[in-house]
Amino acid sequence: MSAIAELENVSKAFDAKMVLYNVNLQVYQGEILALLGPNGSGKSTLLKTLALLTMPSSGQLKFNGELVAANNVERLRQQTTLVFQKTTLFEGSVYDNVAYGLKIRKVPKNQHAELIAQALRIVRLEGFEKRQAKRLSGGEQQRVAIARALVLKTKLLLLDEPTTNLDPKNAQIIEEVIATVNHELETTIVLATHNMFQAQTLPSRIALISNGKITQMGTPAEVFGKLSKNLASFAAVDNTFKGNAMPTLEGTTMVDLGNGFRVEVTEPKIGEISVFVSPQDIILTKTPFQSSARNVFKGKIVEIADLGSLVKLKVDVGRVFTVQVTKRSFKEMTLNLDSEVYIAFKASSVNVL
Amino acid sequence: MVDLLGGLAKAGHLIITGDPTLYGIVFRSLLFSGVAVILAALWGTPIAMLISLRNFRGKSLVKGFFNSLIAIPTVVLGLVLFLVFSKGGPLGFLGLLYTPAAIIIGEAVLITPILISIMITAIEAVDPEMINLARTLGASESQASIAVLKEALNGVLFSNVASFNRAIAELGVALMVGGNIAGLTDVLTTAISRYTQTNDIALAIALGILLMVIVFAINTFVVLAHKLKVYYTVGRSPQ
Repeated sequence: MSAIAELENVSKAFDAKMVLYNVNLQVYQGEILALLGPNGSGKSTLLKTLALLTMPSSGQLKFNGELVAANNVERLRQQTTLVFQKTTLFEGSVYDNVAYGLKIRKVPKNQHAELIAQALRIVRLEGFEKRQAKRLSGGEQQRVAIARALVLKTKLLLLDEPTTNLDPKNAQIIEEVIATVNHELETTIVLATHNMFQAQTLPSRIALISNGKITQMGTPAEVFGKLSKNLASFAAVDNTFKGNAMPTLEGTTMVDLGNGFRVEVTEPKIGEISVFVSPQDIILTKTPFQSSARNVFKGKIVEIADLGSLVKLKVDVGRVFTVQVTKRSFKEMTLNLDSEVYIAFKASSVNVL
Repeated sequence: MVDLLGGLAKAGHLIITGDPTLYGIVFRSLLFSGVAVILAALWGTPIAMLISLRNFRGKSLVKGFFNSLIAIPTVVLGLVLFLVFSKGGPLGFLGLLYTPAAIIIGEAVLITPILISIMITAIEAVDPEMINLARTLGASESQASIAVLKEALNGVLFSNVASFNRAIAELGVALMVGGNIAGLTDVLTTAISRYTQTNDIALAIALGILLMVIVFAINTFVVLAHKLKVYYTVGRSPQ
């Protein structure tokens, strides 16, 4: 696989503040790479570097095999484009907004309408050309911003937290757009997110970023399978609990999370520890069920979030657990807010951090 | 004793009949102020863009400097320019003193601070990500700056109108470097002062009325244009 962008020992400092430390990263042609990290970890700066909007303080940046320098940056920048986290639109119509990059690139004017209509179709805003961009809803505005980037058909598309602060419906549309664009237009995509669910379903690779460093790199299965403290510290704030561990006679460990709420863990531990249960490892049922799972709790659904093919639920069983179910089983079980449910997970599914 | 009613009646007559002296003065005022605004915009716009889009040490000091220059008394600036343009002055060799060019340059200098200050405020009100947005969509540095300027269009237009108003209504510069020569360098303000002194009250009143009409017309136009723009950009789209 050839790399479309390569960062070699890239560091970036703003004034005296280091934002990126010795980042080595290759973005491969055709992939979706997710940069997963907490706010302030350097994701946005890394994206701006890949967008050639900011130059590294030290280290090398290659784009399409060419070393990026002051004399070629404006030319190379036309092959990559970034959609900001905070939607920024020009005054004027949706058409004017999407047309901007085409005008800059001197694409013949008689092709604009067709290209713009295509881009708007992808983000499902057909017929929105004449609408005033700044008067659309937040989700629609973000989709205009994405269409404005898509219409340029750049080799590399960068998305900074594309679905943060959006309602589930708009978030789902944008996630589908990302997948479609990657499949059908074969656009290479790098997206920053702190949404663990998004990072699990969309990308082919994940780079974990923390304090300006890439701490882990791999497929979603690799990264989420081998849970690191680093990941738990931000992405998995859900289902992370502190408690007091005591060995049991059976050789397992009982962790008291306070007020008598106990979770059984296989790893032998004593004293103050933190535990994490991955949302996919939790089984959800409407009736008490027979299984070998050592941890079974009864509770109520307190929050429902639609994530496309998945539904994220928060279940209060004395502690609030985040549980992930497919939309199909969510419908089959006819779950609602306040539905009484049982959650179960194995002692071996509890990660000790 | 000034015959106020008689003066008013005569002034009305002069305005209605299109008195050539009267309208010559109006024309010169519009022309000098208009060209002064164009000149000031030519050098003021890049300066305003540099100040508002770049970060540098002493930025607030520079902004403060232009802000305080707005308040400069026109006679003081007139005096400085008189010394600069007069024989023996640094630009005396150009022979511009008491010519229309001197008035235009003088007024352009006078309105530069107000133009720059208003424009800086307008550009700084634009989303700071706008320049990066234009760049990531492929714009060169200068195209990106123009994109920002376009977003600040209302403020930019306002800076030009405010400058024009200042230029057409000022007296000191036009008087001191223009010399108030009838038919050549006299403008609305300087002519009003002269005709008042020479007791040509009717002409003075007529000029005063026209000056007020021009200033009010421009301001009304700006307000209307703003409303029209709001109507066209907002009112037209389905709610």
